[in-house]
Amino acid sequence: MDRDAAEEVEISPRPGPLTLPSPQRERVRGGGPGRARAVMRRYIARQLVQFLVVILGISILAFAILHVLGDPVLLLLPQNAGKEEFERYRHLLGLDRPLYVQYWKFLSNAVVGNFGKSWYADTPAFRLVLERMPPTIYLTFAGLVVALLISLPLGILAALKRHSWVDNLCTTVAVAGQATPLFWLGIMMIIVFSVRLKLLPASGYDSWENFLMPSFCLGATLAPITMRLVRSGVIEVMNMDFIKTARAKGVAESRVVIKHAFRNACIPVITVIGLQFGQLLGGAIITETVFAWPGVATLTVESIRNQDFPVVQCAVILLALVIVSVNLIVDLAVAFIDPRIRTGA
Amino acid sequence: MTSLSEGKIDLVTLGDTAPAAARERASLRRLGRVRWGLAAGFVLLLIVASAVFAPWIAPHDPLAVNIRHRLGPPAWMDGGVPAHPLGTDQVGRDLLSRMIYGGRVSLMVGICSVLMSASIGVLLGLTAGYFGGSLDWSIMTLVNVMLTFPFVLLALAVIAVLGPSLVNMIFVLGVAGWPIYTRVVRAEAMAVREREFVLAGRALGMSHLRIIFRQILPNLTSAIVVIATLQVAQVIIAESFLSFLGLGIQPPTPAWGNMLGEGRLYMLNSWWIATFPGLAIFVTTLMINLMGNALRDWLDPHMKL
Repeated sequence: MDRDAAEEVEISPRPGPLTLPSPQRERVRGGGPGRARAVMRRYIARQLVQFLVVILGISILAFAILHVLGDPVLLLLPQNAGKEEFERYRHLLGLDRPLYVQYWKFLSNAVVGNFGKSWYADTPAFRLVLERMPPTIYLTFAGLVVALLISLPLGILAALKRHSWVDNLCTTVAVAGQATPLFWLGIMMIIVFSVRLKLLPASGYDSWENFLMPSFCLGATLAPITMRLVRSGVIEVMNMDFIKTARAKGVAESRVVIKHAFRNACIPVITVIGLQFGQLLGGAIITETVFAWPGVATLTVESIRNQDFPVVQCAVILLALVIVSVNLIVDLAVAFIDPRIRTGA
Repeated sequence: MTSLSEGKIDLVTLGDTAPAAARERASLRRLGRVRWGLAAGFVLLLIVASAVFAPWIAPHDPLAVNIRHRLGPPAWMDGGVPAHPLGTDQVGRDLLSRMIYGGRVSLMVGICSVLMSASIGVLLGLTAGYFGGSLDWSIMTLVNVMLTFPFVLLALAVIAVLGPSLVNMIFVLGVAGWPIYTRVVRAEAMAVREREFVLAGRALGMSHLRIIFRQILPNLTSAIVVIATLQVAQVIIAESFLSFLGLGIQPPTPAWGNMLGEGRLYMLNSWWIATFPGLAIFVTTLMINLMGNALRDWLDPHMKL
């Protein structure tokens, strides 16, 4: 018996999947007004560290894609160049040095915005990419707005009238929407609205009309996921005790939904939008190529066709930087909104 | 729960004590979804069969050029001929035959890439979830980096260096797609690791490898199968986008994506060239998604994916 018990003790106390890093939590526990602030500060610090690690990882990835998978000299020189020519160029570009030396040089240049000159146009890659950034960002946000305009009302409606025809219709549309390739949707819209009906311009970036089709396309791809999350978020909240309390107090149903349920359902929605932002930007890349939008993505695709690697590298890193920053902002915003994170409860 | 729509307070039905009728309705709904999934699986089987038996089914050679019949509309339109039911493309190739052959590329890339990313992702997920510690931290950091990167952007960057080809495409999509498996498998492995039978196995002196593959992995198969199924659809869309840009399958080999890309140039007058291949992508991904959802309901209704 004794042996059995000893073994049990030896095996069982392993950290469970849900155990939070306990020493930190223990230290701040103990009440007092400083506690919440300490938790928050620690949370922010952890997010910042993660931010830096991810950025470092992305820079390694972007470096590795060109230098480990491919050979820049092979891409730069004509195929019939001689062997000495290759060696000379390799030396000239510093490619004969160890990889970590090259990476360090790449990183220290990248930090100050020096990604080298474009191999195609005689301008710094950084400036080329930066010039094309605003259209991409506008498009992304327009897409986000469209996605929210579609998904918020429909998601709430579907949650309040569960299993009604509205709910079923929403689910069906969402399933169909998730299966629709974004670039095909764009082309179909161009065929219908530009070619047949001649209502909207097929490409361009001058007036608000140019924004309609691309932002709808982009928004329509994000909407199904957001709608499902709004729906499940509202359903979950509607079953909570404080909703019952509000109802029992005699609060009007519309007020219960708007003030009590929706606010709380917002938290998962905001988190998901942050997580989906990368995919949204990925969608913007696809949308840009369909509508010839003058953003970073069209530049990237052009640069890939021209084998212009400094520009591709710079575009990839800057886009990733935008995504990581948005994720950071969303994480912090959620922490400020949600008192459970703020106070570490 | 049904009381919410009427705007009345009904505390009795709000709690967990859902009446038996409601529970029955829920399982009927699930059964309905499973039935839809079966139907979707059947359609999918037809699509796969038409791709596999393409040489026997396709009415024409997908590469046979017929300049006199270029940009011919579908059979039901003015100027269409029954020999080309869906019309012809810019050099007079039969669109239907090209679509049937195009399915081969999409399905092959989809299945091969998913097998590849599932193997990588599951192995890393098991490692991270089972061993924990700094190994877990490094793997999950890598996962975070990869998930931050839009799939499309990563694929574009790699294809830019490697150059477009079928093998490169499978490789790129396979390597880009693993993090989603890792994330789910890690979480599940962490939970299963704590179960009694794993502790018993360890007490009996089983090696780590044996515990991982004999005791933990079998518990995760349904989750992996569901993700992999849904992921095939994602890969097919990504593949067709790359081909659409001209960075994937190179013409004249027919693939839904590059047909769509070629069709875009002729969309002013010949809408059918871009429409039908896209429709093929849409139907295939829709069927895969429906089947994946049904599979999830069938294997484990509580699974949260």
